[in-house]
Amino acid sequence: MADVLLSVRGLKTYFPFGSRWFGTRGVVKAVDDVEFEIKRGQVLGLVGESGSGKTTLGRSILRLIEPSAGEVYFEGQDILRLAPRDFRMIRRRMQIVFQDPYATLNPRMQIKQIIAEPLHFHKMVSPNKVTSRVIELLAQVGMEAYFMYRYPHEFSGGQRQRIAIARALSMEPDFIVADEPVSALDVSVQAQIINILLRLQKKMKLTILFISHDLAVVESIADRIAVMHEGKIVEEAGTDYLIRYPHHPYTKSLLRSVLDVDPTTRRPVKRRISAPDTPTVK
Amino acid sequence: MLLKVENLRSFFFLDEGILRAVDDISFHVNEEETVALVGESGCGKTIAALSIINLIPSPGRVVKGKVYFNGQDLLKMSPEKIRKTRGKEIGFVFQEPSMALNPVFTVGDQIAEVLRLHMGMGVKEAERETIRLLGETGIPEPEKRFKAYPFELSGGMQQRALIALAVSCHPRLLIADEPTTALDVTVQIGIIDLLRHLQKLYDMAILLITHDLGVVAEMADRIMVMYTGKIVENAPAVDIFEEPKHPYTKGLLGSIPKLGKGSKNPLGGIPGAVPDFLDLPPGCTFHPRCELGDRDCRKKFPKLFAVDYVRQSACYKYYKM
Amino acid sequence: MSHWIQEYRMKRKNRFKKLILFGAFVLPGSGHLLFKKNVKLGIHLMTGTAALILLVIFRWYRIIGTFESKAFDHWLAVLFIILSWSAMVFISVKHTYELLIDKIKKPRIKTPLVLASRRFRENKLAVISLYVICFFYLIAVLAPFLATHDPSAIDNVLETRYQSPSWEHPFGTDEYGRDLYSRALYGARVSLSVGFMAVVIAITIGTFYGSIAGYFGGFIDNIMMRFVDVFIAFPTFFLLLMLVGVFEASIVAMILILGLTSWPGTARFIRGEVLSLKEKQFTEAARAIGLPHRTIIFRHLIPNGISPVLVSAAMMVSSMIYYEAGLSFLGIGIRPPTPTWGNMMSAGRDALLVAWWVALFPGGILAATMLSFNLLADGLRDAFDPKVLMRRFL
Repeated sequence: MADVLLSVRGLKTYFPFGSRWFGTRGVVKAVDDVEFEIKRGQVLGLVGESGSGKTTLGRSILRLIEPSAGEVYFEGQDILRLAPRDFRMIRRRMQIVFQDPYATLNPRMQIKQIIAEPLHFHKMVSPNKVTSRVIELLAQVGMEAYFMYRYPHEFSGGQRQRIAIARALSMEPDFIVADEPVSALDVSVQAQIINILLRLQKKMKLTILFISHDLAVVESIADRIAVMHEGKIVEEAGTDYLIRYPHHPYTKSLLRSVLDVDPTTRRPVKRRISAPDTPTVK
Repeated sequence: MLLKVENLRSFFFLDEGILRAVDDISFHVNEEETVALVGESGCGKTIAALSIINLIPSPGRVVKGKVYFNGQDLLKMSPEKIRKTRGKEIGFVFQEPSMALNPVFTVGDQIAEVLRLHMGMGVKEAERETIRLLGETGIPEPEKRFKAYPFELSGGMQQRALIALAVSCHPRLLIADEPTTALDVTVQIGIIDLLRHLQKLYDMAILLITHDLGVVAEMADRIMVMYTGKIVENAPAVDIFEEPKHPYTKGLLGSIPKLGKGSKNPLGGIPGAVPDFLDLPPGCTFHPRCELGDRDCRKKFPKLFAVDYVRQSACYKYYKM
Repeated sequence: MSHWIQEYRMKRKNRFKKLILFGAFVLPGSGHLLFKKNVKLGIHLMTGTAALILLVIFRWYRIIGTFESKAFDHWLAVLFIILSWSAMVFISVKHTYELLIDKIKKPRIKTPLVLASRRFRENKLAVISLYVICFFYLIAVLAPFLATHDPSAIDNVLETRYQSPSWEHPFGTDEYGRDLYSRALYGARVSLSVGFMAVVIAITIGTFYGSIAGYFGGFIDNIMMRFVDVFIAFPTFFLLLMLVGVFEASIVAMILILGLTSWPGTARFIRGEVLSLKEKQFTEAARAIGLPHRTIIFRHLIPNGISPVLVSAAMMVSSMIYYEAGLSFLGIGIRPPTPTWGNMMSAGRDALLVAWWVALFPGGILAATMLSFNLLADGLRDAFDPKVLMRRFL
């Protein structure tokens, strides 16, 4: 039985708004009392629409945004209670892959430097082995060695995302937060990246929190799925089970909204139009 | 035939070279039909749509071709005539509603202005019609929203307002450029329903530009697949999804994650990446990534071959598919 | 038989090559002319060599005189001549050698800087202004040799004063009979060095200050920026007047005063850049790696935010030169007999109707210099931030 790698309890991330001089007008409860756990080697898919708080949740776990309350246990240790300096060394083991491939790499650094930076900082290999390790990592994500002398602007979105994955993997993390890693990519490239992630996850037994708004994408990679809505997790279950037997009405509406790629089954043409918009948090 | 595009070419004249965004495409749209122009980002579909109404930003230009709308060539029209056609006969829904709506005017003002301009309505009449339109597109409390500024509305409502703006003058053709891309899934459904409802109501034809094959499956009668500025397949929707006759279409369809396929199954995907427009492979631009590609494909870009009397495919090997 | 012919041909080729190499050594740039791609560089080198040779020929005795007079700026000029000549010879021989043996050059790595310089070079106006600026700096360095007279030499005032421009005095003479051309040359040294050094100081301090404030945000940012606000609230010119009045106006003092009054502007500017860069995902990635603050600031934020700062630096040089000239014009800055364009114009103001050349030439050169820096700033801005069509939205 695999042990629990990450356990989140009562996590709250609130953002105050309203100027200080007049007192805070209120809070935005981006993450509102969230609780779940992920076992080692598992992939948990986190699904929600924009404004659901899923992005904030991913960042709160890694303390890229400091949560307001709650506990995050990584291998049994509450990382929220750690001093920033001590936590910095644990960061190596919890990495993140971001959404926008065009902003995730420093435009002024060569690919080699981008991937070598964490290698140097965390002393993952001895200095004379750095170059060969960079080549290895690039090969793992399907990129040629000579790419490392190039700059980010010479690469397409999909390639940049691979480099970002290589960078995250360079630190040999136990846990990766994948924050909408394919949402900004074309469909054919999306499939490539997902396949890479699947392969690497299986090979290295990575534990992944895969955040996305696209249920079909999440289904292809996750063991379990958690559905998030307005800061709370409304349902969590095994992938196949959740998709076949959803309980919560929001989950059901999400599943209904997924368009099937089949022109023979279509929604009927409506006679009158009503407005089913979910209000955004304004 | 409501819209007939013939050999359209739009190029961008950059310092680094000539970017052939739209390279000799031809298609037509019949009345009350929904035709989808499908492709991944950077294939030129948006520029194709903008070329039809002659709104390409510089340094781009329509270089060649004819665009017949109701028998008249839009590209040869005088500026005043085309301004009258845009908005009145052809409605355009842009990609990003927050960018297409003028942030300093209220939503109501923008729609009423169009009504006064094209339909000759008076101020009061335009206001009433605007409120009616806003309600028609499913915006709750339209009288209140009339006075709202774009930023006060959610993404979905902005898009509905934009659609209201586009259909306000009962155009014959609605060109919708990625109408659902910037929106959430649940909101997407509403927009699709709205477009189809309006289409039935106003007997419009829709030219749908998108990369989302799910949306296309819901809406399109006919589909045209674009790659690097050229149309590579043109067929009825049912046929394309069932039996694609171009390797690129096939690859695209295989890459879509389908719900219900079960967890942890690898997806399809097309090897390689879309080539840079300034450095296209010779001959068929898809051949380096194509499983059927061989030496013959390298000579010249294939023209659209007739697979049968309703289908076309720009592939030398289409019979192998 | 053919074997001998081949060998003979090889030997002739080698001798030919050696001849070219020798030519490249003697006359830098000549070798480049043979290869179409590098003709431009060849012309540059040859012009440079020609100019150097002319200078040395016409000013031979003065250059020799350096060893006797041991004046510091003379030494500097000599050193500059030697260094530039060696550099030109070195480049010429190296390139020619590589071209002759057909060395396969590695394709140039496309750093963002290389891309920007390529864009810059296509902008004719910017390139011209860069040439003009370099030209001015060159003659400022070589002023001891280029000047025809001693800028402070006063000799037989009544005869030599207010002479209109002539062959002997290209810019005429002023009220004391001093040659204005030579004075203008030495004046260039003041203006250009003050402009450059003051900007260096302002940019360095401002970048440090602004990036720290922007990065840490919150309370630290607040305090730091309030201080900057107070500073900026002072009208610049009055501040300068005050400070110059308090401290004696030597060149060094000028540089310090101008530099230390301008850094807050840069700080505010960089802070804005850092604030927006902070939100970018590559910064978050750096934080996720666990990199310490100083690494993030200096390796990730500053290199990406530096381009607009360089643009504003070019404009600031122009303003620094302007302020220095202005203060000297009012008589508060650098005082005669040290020539600066400002005080030369001031001196010429009274005689404007009689001897227009006294004020016009310094004024003209001042305007030309400022214009060049402004155009350079424009060119830099266009090079760093081109209006590239966002191809993603095709």
